[in-house]
Amino acid sequence: MTRVFVPRDAASLALGADAVAAGLAGTGAQVVRTGSRGMFWLEPMVEVETPAGRIAYGPVRAADVSGLIAAGLLAGGAHPLRLGRPEDIAFLAGQTRFTFARCGVVDPGSLDDYRAAGGLKGLARALEIGPAATVAEVTASGLRGRGGAGFPTGIKWKTAADATAPRKFIVANADEGDSGTFADRMLMEGDPFALIEGMAIAGLAVGATNGFVYTRSEYPHAIAAFERALTAARAGGLLGADVLGSGVTFDITQRVGGGAYICGEETSLLDSLEGRRGQVRAKPPLPAIKGLFGAPTVINNVITLASVPFILAEGAPAYQGVGYGRSRGTMPIQLAGNIRHGGLFEAGFGLSLGEIVEDLGGGTATGRPVRAVQVGGPLGAYFPPALFDTIFDYEAFAARDGLIGHGGVVVFDDSVDMARQARFAMEFCAVESCGKCTPCRIGSVRGMEVVDRILAGRDVDANLELLRDLCETMKFGSLCALGGFIPYPVMSALTHFPEDFHRPALAAA
Amino acid sequence: MPEYPPWNADRAASIIEQYRHHEGAALPILHALMEAFGHVPEPAIPLIAEALNLTRAEVHGVASFYHDFRRDPPGRHVLRLCRAEACQAMGADCLHDAARDRLGIGWHETTADGAVTLEPVFCLGLCAVAPSGMLDGAPLGRLDPAALNATLDTALEGAR
Ligand SMILES: Cc1cc2nc3c(=O)[nH]c(=O)nc-3n(C[C@H](O)[C@H](O)[C@H](O)COP(=O)(O)O)c2cc1C
Ligand code: SF4
Ligand code: FES
Repeated sequence: MTRVFVPRDAASLALGADAVAAGLAGTGAQVVRTGSRGMFWLEPMVEVETPAGRIAYGPVRAADVSGLIAAGLLAGGAHPLRLGRPEDIAFLAGQTRFTFARCGVVDPGSLDDYRAAGGLKGLARALEIGPAATVAEVTASGLRGRGGAGFPTGIKWKTAADATAPRKFIVANADEGDSGTFADRMLMEGDPFALIEGMAIAGLAVGATNGFVYTRSEYPHAIAAFERALTAARAGGLLGADVLGSGVTFDITQRVGGGAYICGEETSLLDSLEGRRGQVRAKPPLPAIKGLFGAPTVINNVITLASVPFILAEGAPAYQGVGYGRSRGTMPIQLAGNIRHGGLFEAGFGLSLGEIVEDLGGGTATGRPVRAVQVGGPLGAYFPPALFDTIFDYEAFAARDGLIGHGGVVVFDDSVDMARQARFAMEFCAVESCGKCTPCRIGSVRGMEVVDRILAGRDVDANLELLRDLCETMKFGSLCALGGFIPYPVMSALTHFPEDFHRPALAAA
Repeated sequence: MPEYPPWNADRAASIIEQYRHHEGAALPILHALMEAFGHVPEPAIPLIAEALNLTRAEVHGVASFYHDFRRDPPGRHVLRLCRAEACQAMGADCLHDAARDRLGIGWHETTADGAVTLEPVFCLGLCAVAPSGMLDGAPLGRLDPAALNATLDTALEGAR
């Protein structure tokens, strides 16, 4: 029977993929649900298996199905929606897919599919070379944490490996709260075994037998896909008392967050896992020494962990050889907001922001000029096109008072009001503050009021001065990066778009 | 769309019993209660406190810290609309004005006939198909007022 592939990625579902799958199921084809390749302007994208490889069609609506079948879709026939071989689509052909190689290709519920597509080689190698060499391999790869801070993963693992304790934990941070990011979600829905394999390798490397995945509740489809994968992994001997027949024990429990942004911060996440309010803990002690339930804990972002199987399977030089400066390997860049080609583009570090927005992204979806690009989520700076030469690299963004965070790139056209964006940043901080320190808890509320006065055109110069002072206080007086980095979007808006803040006074009512 | 049963202490007790022995059981218990009752009923708080050896105030503190745990039952449908930046860039603010107008309610409110609860959310990971939302757990992308109205019409008709 001919196999057709239809994504079950949440963003594809949002565009009607289920109805397309239902339509295709009635045509005698075998419908396989996959993740997404990450080209959302082409979703729902259907692929059919032919002797010449897979042929893609998209964007397909349910109403298109009968016409596509009549045109011979099941044999890869011609049709205006025919895209050809997916690998030849420029957006995919230009990528370096190390971590997302299987996403959108395989059945995410099938461990056999995963193995057939090259999965489990990394874990097999880690079992062969042992814990110390595994940590050394990760260190040599240059991999840095993809959750935002960019801390070297090998060093974190070494710290946990060197700690002696009756038990240790591996925690995957799947809280992915940054607007404009969806890489963790796509991976958990499209290739969840990569995360499981990465966590098992981490467990082996540091001597942990238990893992937790903390997934945000806003991701019901990722939660379900990951649960299915956990069940398959236990049944297939990838998890449990005898991982791949090695005698090593490792198992994973998924826990669901409570809708609090701050629980993406690692110490707050650990408190939440322990059943408490997700409040930030002061460091030290580092989680790698005293983390979950007081035990040494490696906490890594989903993408960090899912990048490890490739590194072990192909060797550190294969990963380390790609990248820019001290940012080694690849990053899944997520193109979002007002952008023509929204999606996920995995590439080595080193592209310029302009290349990302204009060449890959194709400019705005509305066709209007780009005015601002926020990189790195709600704590990231807004960049004007004048700074499009900034290189996508941890250090280059930091040098321009920005951050790459988890790799989200959110594009705005010229209708954006940057003073309102500054207000939103303060509002977001006020809503999501964990409440532990005053500059964040109170400062954000004050910040909202100050921007409101600016928006109303009241004493603009004095209030701008106040806003700058407030940002300084928050930057230096906050315990964590929520209060500490919210000044980035605010100050970048003010610095690069001052005209939006100098408003005429509103007539008194 | 879920129809939630009234408070039932036995049901709550058995849910709590199912999780109490897990380390860090509070969130799993609260989520399971949400699933069963659509909210965290007040009388569940002392039951959780006793099972986990915490004070009532501590359990309250946990439940109220997280945006997810409602104190009151929701309407028959829950509409969540994303308020975060990528959705703003695609006109979320106008969409939200239209949604509030149509439903005649604000954020966190339920229509008088108990049909729809409107909740804000900061990012659903659907930022490449913005503006986005979720109706009863089903993801919605590239929303505009007309598409949202059509989706609501279909859902509300199904209820009749
Ligand atoms: C306010 C705040 C929110 C964060 N949210 C996330 C998140 O959603 N996902 C994530 O992986 N890291 C997040 N982080 C970073 C984590 O604290 C931590 O650095 C990360 O999980 C470590 O993993 P990595 O080294 O693999 O990046 C956040 C940090 C802060 C300060
Ligand atoms: S900066 Fe804000 S979120 Fe971070 S610890 Fe302080 S109050 Fe909590
Ligand atoms: S910002 Fe709205 S879905 Fe991510």
